[in-house]
Amino acid sequence: MSLKRLSKISYMSLIYGFLYFPILILIIYSFNDSKYSFAWKGFTLNWYHQLFDNQELLEVALNSLMVAVVSASVATLIGTLTAVALYRYHFFGKKVLYGLIYILIMSPEIVMGISLLILFIALSMPLGFWTLLLSHITFCIPFVVITVFGRLSGFNKAIIEAAKDLGASEFATFRLVVLPMLMPAVIAGWLLSFTLSMDDVIISFFVTGPNFQLLPLKIYSMVKLGVKPEINALSTIMFIITLIIVIIAQSLLREKK
Amino acid sequence: MRVNPLFSFKWFSAGLIWFWLGLFVLVPLLMLLTASFLQRGETEFVKFAFTLENYQRIFNPIYLDVFWNSFYLAAMTTLFCLLLGYPFAFLLARVTGKYKHLLLLFVIIPFWTSSLIRTYAMVIILKTNGVMNSFLQWLGLIQEPIQLLYTPAAVVVGLVYSLLPFMVLPLYATIEKLDIRLIEAAKDLGARNVRIFWSIIIPLTMPGIIAGSMLVFLPALGMFYIPDLLGGAKALLIGNLIQNQFLSARDWPFGAAVSIILVLVMSLLLVLYYFSILRNSNNRDKVGL
Amino acid sequence: MNDLVIELKQVSKSFDGVAILKNIDLEIKKGEFLTLLGPSGCGKTTILRLLAGFETPSSGTVLINGEDMLQIEPEDRHINTVFQSYALFPHMSVFDNVAFGPKIRGVPKAEIATQVMDALRMVKLEHLADRKPAQLSGGQQQRVAIARAVVNKPLVLLLDEPLSALDYKLRKEMQIELKQLQRRLGITFIFVTHDQEEALSMSDRIAVMNAGKIEQLGTPKNIYESPNSLFVARFVGESNILVGEVIKVGDDCVEMRLENKIISLKNTKNFQVSQSVNLLLRPEDLHVYDEDEGIPPEPYLHGIIEEVIYKGTTVDLLIRLDSGKQIAATQFFNEDDPKLDFRMGERVFAGWLEGWEALLPSEAAENSAPVSP
Repeated sequence: MSLKRLSKISYMSLIYGFLYFPILILIIYSFNDSKYSFAWKGFTLNWYHQLFDNQELLEVALNSLMVAVVSASVATLIGTLTAVALYRYHFFGKKVLYGLIYILIMSPEIVMGISLLILFIALSMPLGFWTLLLSHITFCIPFVVITVFGRLSGFNKAIIEAAKDLGASEFATFRLVVLPMLMPAVIAGWLLSFTLSMDDVIISFFVTGPNFQLLPLKIYSMVKLGVKPEINALSTIMFIITLIIVIIAQSLLREKK
Repeated sequence: MRVNPLFSFKWFSAGLIWFWLGLFVLVPLLMLLTASFLQRGETEFVKFAFTLENYQRIFNPIYLDVFWNSFYLAAMTTLFCLLLGYPFAFLLARVTGKYKHLLLLFVIIPFWTSSLIRTYAMVIILKTNGVMNSFLQWLGLIQEPIQLLYTPAAVVVGLVYSLLPFMVLPLYATIEKLDIRLIEAAKDLGARNVRIFWSIIIPLTMPGIIAGSMLVFLPALGMFYIPDLLGGAKALLIGNLIQNQFLSARDWPFGAAVSIILVLVMSLLLVLYYFSILRNSNNRDKVGL
Repeated sequence: MNDLVIELKQVSKSFDGVAILKNIDLEIKKGEFLTLLGPSGCGKTTILRLLAGFETPSSGTVLINGEDMLQIEPEDRHINTVFQSYALFPHMSVFDNVAFGPKIRGVPKAEIATQVMDALRMVKLEHLADRKPAQLSGGQQQRVAIARAVVNKPLVLLLDEPLSALDYKLRKEMQIELKQLQRRLGITFIFVTHDQEEALSMSDRIAVMNAGKIEQLGTPKNIYESPNSLFVARFVGESNILVGEVIKVGDDCVEMRLENKIISLKNTKNFQVSQSVNLLLRPEDLHVYDEDEGIPPEPYLHGIIEEVIYKGTTVDLLIRLDSGKQIAATQFFNEDDPKLDFRMGERVFAGWLEGWEALLPSEAAENSAPVSP
């Protein structure tokens, strides 16, 4: 192996190390049988047991799950329809819409968080489940749109024409041809929306009320008070869930043609 | 073309998304803009009276300091992400073989992982009796644990750690598309590596550089929980300022004005991005690529 | 009375102000194999898309079976298309691809199976019914696309450069198969191609198109032997194009000055004295004689061999005429014939049988439409 190749490989390893080392430490310490010490005191599942005995935490986790499932589903529906409309049709404001969706992905979450807060207060909506749901749907939609649109633009446009040529109506074409071909991207869009919703801190921070907690916000308030092994365990679980979901979503998106 | 009067799929889809984004993005943004020109209310959050005072207050030295500090930290974060991420993205784009997808996947995973959890992992590394201090002591570089957490450096490290994938992925995407023949042609014409890098590779990957910088710089101004967890009270970002105004100080108009500044910064970066893409595609047309 | 299945009347189409089709009139008979031949961008695919219903004409009328198609959506037209890229549904098996049309039309399930298998048998793919399109070769995908279209027994089958993605040998085979299929089914085929050889070998009639217009409509023989414009002559086959001037017009003959020579030919087009004309000669219609064979019968031209290109069954000669103009002549190869031993620099006569040439009035706009087939 040449020196050049060696240095390339070491540089890449270094970056991967930087990206994964802290997470790895976090996971290892979630199994460490010591409350405060850095030193390894033996393997334990104690912290996970404590986690599952914590009724309040389980309730918050359920809240998060509920918001994530519903908002991912609604966002996937709207986002898929949007992507199909952007791909298939010409309509007023199409280019603006396309640009807006990209801007939304790039824009700082904090701006969306506070502007939604202002809207909900102006509409006198009580902050809680519904405001969280509407906000999560809103920030998930653009990600679904680009995921689904990305797959659509890989399509041969003639396939849709072929369906019409063979007698399928617009709706039948969508149901029998477009949707089945899009399915992997739609599922991937749902999964990514789910993780976005599960992990969101900034927007949820503004639009939630005192009576409705979400997991990331709970973790945030716990972390502010210091490092605890239960948080390690909880974070490990959340990381593993994200890991699995992202792997599934990516393999769905890669399985093209 | 015939239009089915009962159900036009086209108008339903287009109408739905415009309705949603209109109600939950454009209207709120306009309200934010309006709020930034209103006065602080006694009982309500805002009083409906026009003022420019909120924007004038931004020039108050206390807040200018926050802005300066925040821009400085965000700029440092962007710079470090670029310096670390560019060579990495370049090497990643040049990897061939069956492991390429796996290597890319390992960059995508942290992209989607909760940055709160990743920040928390950084706390474990940097805290006084944490991994980093133990490691440095084991090396014999330090005798006593040193203060790593709650420093501006810790904030930058945390931001870089959280945002590096957001720099790498757009860079990777543009470098991947870079036509390797251009580099070969330049070499063929006798250009040295340094020259090739500055006059060919950098200009052609500029859209990726700007997109990546945007995806790092903007969140770095706003991710209030990172300075909160890693910087203690010392490092105040624009994000923390906004958060304070809305949730503690209850001065919404001023918070709104500060947010509008963020929007302006974003718009400026978007314009830069747009022109870099425009210039690249123009160049491409000229040489017939 | 009507055995016309398709009528285009004064059809024009423009995109963003650019005219793609200009006042096209075209009538197609039932059971005909008609080819639209032309370079890319000539509008041939647009005609197909107008018939299929993917585009609407900017002006003019499209009639199918005497019915105006303006308000009829693609899905309601009794026409099917074989797409250039095949456009098979990637998520469906071969069987389901072919069954798509019958299913949509509500054909009973039991009948669908028979119809689909019949169609697949017709293209010799019945053994691959369960495969996915991605598991098939290009030629097989092509057959599925054809089966998927013909299973619906359309009035007209539109084929958009269906063979362009296949390699040379497969293309030849498919040409024959398509022609046989068309005869067997009796369906009208409208075939789009830029390959003149394909057009000549398959069609009943060819419409040669250029820049949004039909240049010539006729049988392959008619198109090849009597091109009515320089464009057609250049696009279909190779032609030597010589410029001459009419100097005398007789009862049925015309004399012209051509490449420093006076040549007398039959007058078929009412030429006038001093009119400028183009004489078209196919390379294979020229017979080349050595000088020592003596002077050949008129008409002939005189020149020097500049290049000899051996092609296996033929020898192609490039001859520099005394006037300076270069022409090509193809000689059919006969190994036993010593006369075919042409050498570069040799002086030769290139003669042809009177009447094998095509004589056209020269076109003012001749150079405005360069051809690259």
